[in-house]
Amino acid sequence: MAIEMEDVEHVAKLARLKFTHEEMKKLKRELDAVLEHARVIESIETEGVPPTSHAIPLVNVYREDVCEPSLERDEVIKCAPWAGEQGFMVPKII
Amino acid sequence: MEFETVIGLEIHIELNTSSKMFCGCSTEFGGEPNARACPVCLGHPGVLPVVNRGAVESAIMLALALNCKISERSIFHRKNYFYPDMPKNYQISQYDVPLSVDGWFDIDMGEYERRVGIVRVHLEEDTGKSIHVGESGRIHGAEYSLEDFNRAGIPLAEIVTRPDIRSPEESSVFLQNLRDIAVYLGISDCKMEEGSLRCDANISISVDGKEGTKVEIKNMNSFRSLRRALSFEEERQRGVLNAGREVKQETRHFDEVGGETHSLRSKEEAFDYRYFPEPDLVPLEPDKEWTNDLRAKIPELPQEKRKRYESALLLPKEISSVLVGDRALAEYFERALTEGQDPVELGKWVSGELLALLRQESIPVEECRVEPSGLANLIKLVSEKVISGKMAKDVLREAFDSGERPEEIVKEGGLFQISDENELVGVVDDVIKENPMAVSDFKSGKEQALKFLMGKVMKKTRGKASPEEATRILTERLENQA
Repeated sequence: MAIEMEDVEHVAKLARLKFTHEEMKKLKRELDAVLEHARVIESIETEGVPPTSHAIPLVNVYREDVCEPSLERDEVIKCAPWAGEQGFMVPKII
Repeated sequence: MEFETVIGLEIHIELNTSSKMFCGCSTEFGGEPNARACPVCLGHPGVLPVVNRGAVESAIMLALALNCKISERSIFHRKNYFYPDMPKNYQISQYDVPLSVDGWFDIDMGEYERRVGIVRVHLEEDTGKSIHVGESGRIHGAEYSLEDFNRAGIPLAEIVTRPDIRSPEESSVFLQNLRDIAVYLGISDCKMEEGSLRCDANISISVDGKEGTKVEIKNMNSFRSLRRALSFEEERQRGVLNAGREVKQETRHFDEVGGETHSLRSKEEAFDYRYFPEPDLVPLEPDKEWTNDLRAKIPELPQEKRKRYESALLLPKEISSVLVGDRALAEYFERALTEGQDPVELGKWVSGELLALLRQESIPVEECRVEPSGLANLIKLVSEKVISGKMAKDVLREAFDSGERPEEIVKEGGLFQISDENELVGVVDDVIKENPMAVSDFKSGKEQALKFLMGKVMKKTRGKASPEEATRILTERLENQA
């Protein structure tokens, strides 16, 4: 089952990306290939294999609850595309 | 048609760790906007979040207190969405493998108990805060918004209940019980007004046992608004159903001023968070030893404490509720109790006079200048009839203000009540002689006159007469006169 054009549009919208129709068609082909690959993987017998969420065999990595210095406010704001004295500014939300 | 209200709650508790969930920024409330942010909580590229052990411990303790099973293995997920208060464009949360599942908690509704199932207790991070700037001061009509990321990344415990709650009152009692537990565990200050305790609700009306359509209610910022919002919504949905229409599945906001819920303009697309496992955080596998240690750290919880106060100490419900409702006050009471005074008397004084003074002066009980043993000694003097209850109140006030020990105040002030029969008889006879009008009023059946004459006795003895003795003698003398 191939991916529909609407699905590509939906995913693009969720990621806040805009594409031309030509780019969409290309993305649709590429996403099809990704899904096809997933289908191949799906065909593997995984009965009794625990689900893998992480590639490294590591668990329980913690830091102690201790404060460390934060960034200077100027540093924090420096990367913002729009900022005032009080911090980050964003265009109206609704 | 038989209607039944069905409510489930989703509660967020800000954990009072010193540092944030995944980085070392301070979690202190308030402060200059964006003064507590770093590359990790700002979501800069290439940073590595690391789980705060303290937050995990707090959440495990809460889960255990709510009778949940601690998962042998749990993982974090990224919940993706775009909103300005999320600097990373995703929130780190737990999804299909949460920290704990399947608990329960019984609430006491006076007439009955209700068991509320707990679906899960999991960990996640808080978002930043948006300050909407514009004439309206609200999100609608704002010209732009300021983003403060001091709160972004503060650890949250999320508690999801089963839809076992049957009324707005039960919801409120559940939430208060949950708050009491978190405060007793010392894992959060749970202040709804500061946002460290937040509650959303799902409410539906089942008709003749058939499940209804769920409506989600947000923006309930106090226990009172939780009750008001749910009562309004309960009525609204019943009205819709009675009119033969259907309840629409939606999210509604509670408007504090109008006391009503309003439909939020819904986005056309359904939320699609595209959860996937957080690759930067490895799984949590708390071992038995750690969990057992944490279980051992759980203090006597408010519900158990209340039961003990009522069954072992025989405190009336009103007193035990007041004491247990404030962990520090209960501790004060228990320290005073070690002095061996009558628990009921002690409970009355702590929850009555002392609490009134504390509230009047806005002093937390931890800073009270009257030591628990001092209060116990004062009560001892009352029970031994050295001073009257009225005198004890004055002494408590003085001790409260000066910090002097109550028993010292009594000794230095030469305070003792007069219960000596001969002395009181003299005073009573004088009063009777000096107030013939009141005496004849009493004889003609006016009960008020007795109070008036007692007042005179008290005045003459400067409040030192034992009220019981003086009343007895006064009544006796008046009746003998007749």
